[in-house]
Amino acid sequence: MNFSVIPISYYLVLSAVLFGLGLLAFVFKRNIITIFMAIELMLNAVNLAFVAFARAHNQLDGLVFVFFVIVVAACEAAVGLAIVISVYVNRQTLNIERINLLKF
Amino acid sequence: MHILLDQLWIIIALPLVGSAINGLLGRKFPKPVVNTVAIGALALSFLCALEAVREFLAAGQATVFHTYFTWIHAGIFQVDFRLQMDQLTVVMLLVVTFVSLLVHIYSTGYMAHEEGYYRFFSYLNLFVFFMLILVLAANVVLLFVGWEGVGLCSYLLVGFWFLKPSAISAGKKAFITTRIGDFGFTVGILLLFWTFKSVDYVEIFKKASTMPVEAWGLGGTLTVICLLLFTGAVGKSAQLPLYVWLPDAMEGPTPVSALIHAATMVTAGVYMVARMNPLFSRAPLALFVVALIGALTAFFAATIGLLQTDIKKVLAYSTVSQLGYMFLACGVGAYASGIFHLMTHAFFKGLLFLAAGSVIHAMGGDQEMPHMGGLRTKIPITFWTMLIATLAIAGIPGFAGFFSKDAILEAAKDGPNANFWLWLLGVVAAGMTSFYMFRLIFLTFFGKPRYDEHKVHVHESPYNMTGPLIVLAILSTIGGWFAAPHLVGGPDYFTNFLHPVFAAYAPETGTAVSEAAGEAASPAILLFHALTGWPVIVGLLGLALAWWFYIKSPDTPKKLAQSLSGPYTLIHNKYYVDEIYGFLIIQPLLWISTNVLWHFVDEGVIDGTVNGTARVARETGSHVREIQSGNARSYATWVVIGGAGVTVLMLGLWGMVR
Repeated sequence: MNFSVIPISYYLVLSAVLFGLGLLAFVFKRNIITIFMAIELMLNAVNLAFVAFARAHNQLDGLVFVFFVIVVAACEAAVGLAIVISVYVNRQTLNIERINLLKF
Repeated sequence: MHILLDQLWIIIALPLVGSAINGLLGRKFPKPVVNTVAIGALALSFLCALEAVREFLAAGQATVFHTYFTWIHAGIFQVDFRLQMDQLTVVMLLVVTFVSLLVHIYSTGYMAHEEGYYRFFSYLNLFVFFMLILVLAANVVLLFVGWEGVGLCSYLLVGFWFLKPSAISAGKKAFITTRIGDFGFTVGILLLFWTFKSVDYVEIFKKASTMPVEAWGLGGTLTVICLLLFTGAVGKSAQLPLYVWLPDAMEGPTPVSALIHAATMVTAGVYMVARMNPLFSRAPLALFVVALIGALTAFFAATIGLLQTDIKKVLAYSTVSQLGYMFLACGVGAYASGIFHLMTHAFFKGLLFLAAGSVIHAMGGDQEMPHMGGLRTKIPITFWTMLIATLAIAGIPGFAGFFSKDAILEAAKDGPNANFWLWLLGVVAAGMTSFYMFRLIFLTFFGKPRYDEHKVHVHESPYNMTGPLIVLAILSTIGGWFAAPHLVGGPDYFTNFLHPVFAAYAPETGTAVSEAAGEAASPAILLFHALTGWPVIVGLLGLALAWWFYIKSPDTPKKLAQSLSGPYTLIHNKYYVDEIYGFLIIQPLLWISTNVLWHFVDEGVIDGTVNGTARVARETGSHVREIQSGNARSYATWVVIGGAGVTVLMLGLWGMVR
């Protein structure tokens, strides 16, 4: 197998498509958990881009970033899911349209 | 050897200490303690001044300078706390400390029943402090400190009865009117520094003495400087056209009128002109303006004084008139005569005011002469002292005013800058002075009582009031005899004493003090001429006319007023000067202040800007806050838009860098 035959642009396009899908889902989906997953999707799309660049430039910096992103994503998942649960406990819904108290 | 001559600051510091003690702690003091502090401080100050003068005379009258510390030092601009003692300072120092001391003693009687007793004495001491700075200062800026300080004290003391609206507005009028003159004075000081690169008298005079006497016309720097400085003197010494504050300043307690508005502060302008004689002597136009304003004021104020009925107002216009004489003297180059008249005037006008205070005290506060009459036997000490002062101011031979006024009019007639018309104005004013002063005496002390004898209990004032009157009466009599030998062709000791001050930097061809004239004539003839000169004749005429009008046939004034109703109304209303100023200056200023400065600039521009800024912020906020809808999804959208924005920005920046 020779990865170098696959040009970096393929990875970047895939990454962009994944990120775009995640963005759309983030903006348009109603369920908080789905939105949450959309964020994960965007993070992983970025990870993919990082890994592709690291490989293409033969440098470790991108990989280090990816580890950071994974760590942050794990933390975020922990905190985020806790918030989701607490929102459901309080409001008995996960519809983002109904969560509208966060204002002046 | 020089104990106090080297420590001149002590003379100044003592009244300040007295003022501070009384001002800060006096509220709790009983009156004797307040008296002791105030009078003690001044008495010590007077004794120190006497000792310093003695040392000065013993040391051969060499001018003494002492720099105690540097006050301001910025680049070449340096102002030291620097005091000096020369012959002119000696005269001023002794007059100021002595008359102040007498007025303080008098005030313990006059003010005995007033609220704010300690406050009065604190202000009075503070006034003396600033006045002493003014006369001892060795540079123009320090002079200006004293100049403004006495103005402040004048304001405080004129408005001493601050519950009386007329007193408050009189105080403000005094302060603001003199401020107009002070503006010119300040510009003059700046121009002095600009021209001579120094504010020190000696530096300025040394440099000025190398300059030629300027020609007539406005071109010369010295002329402009002198005119500007004289503007300050016009305000401070109540000359035309800024004299209007002085009659109103009579709202203050009478001792204040005696000390500040007769004997000392108002003469500061004369002192300043005399002090700046090296500059004025080189600016003939400025000198002529000084003489002209002086003569006109002397005449003009005297005419108003003729018809005043308030005893203090008569004296106020008389003061304005006499100050005019002093400026006339300076203007014709006879600075020494001006200072001489300043001194004798301090004695007899101080006395007149204090005696008038005693009359008012006796009348229970009434100041209107038509309500008095026949007081001669009821308050004899006041009567006799006031009569002596009147004889002195009227120029009756033998009394102080005769010598000084005669010297001034002689200088105006025969001196280096003599001018017949100025002399004529002076002589006519002298006649009117005599008339209105004797009118005051006759209305107040002669005839039948016109007050209700059951209601008003006329009584002679206590000793602490009559004492100063007697002392001043003695000085009003003998205070002019320094010049007496001059009348018989001998030396004028006063002029000779001051001669070094006015000769040191005098221009060579200019206005050096004239040598005794007429050596050829015999003393008896000279004396005869002096005693039958016009000033004496018009003085006696004024006396006779006043006697005719107010003793012999009291109906004459009324008939004359009816037959000359036009001039009578004009003069009775003081030429409507206050009304004219009100119409020409005050009303337009008020209109501009109200409509332009207040309603347009303040409310429109300044408030508009501030309120407008606030309104823009509030309006913007009320619109922008609707973005924060509370809908979490909209927040998500904003995050995306923001992220996109940042990305575009980064790409743009990257593109620029590349």
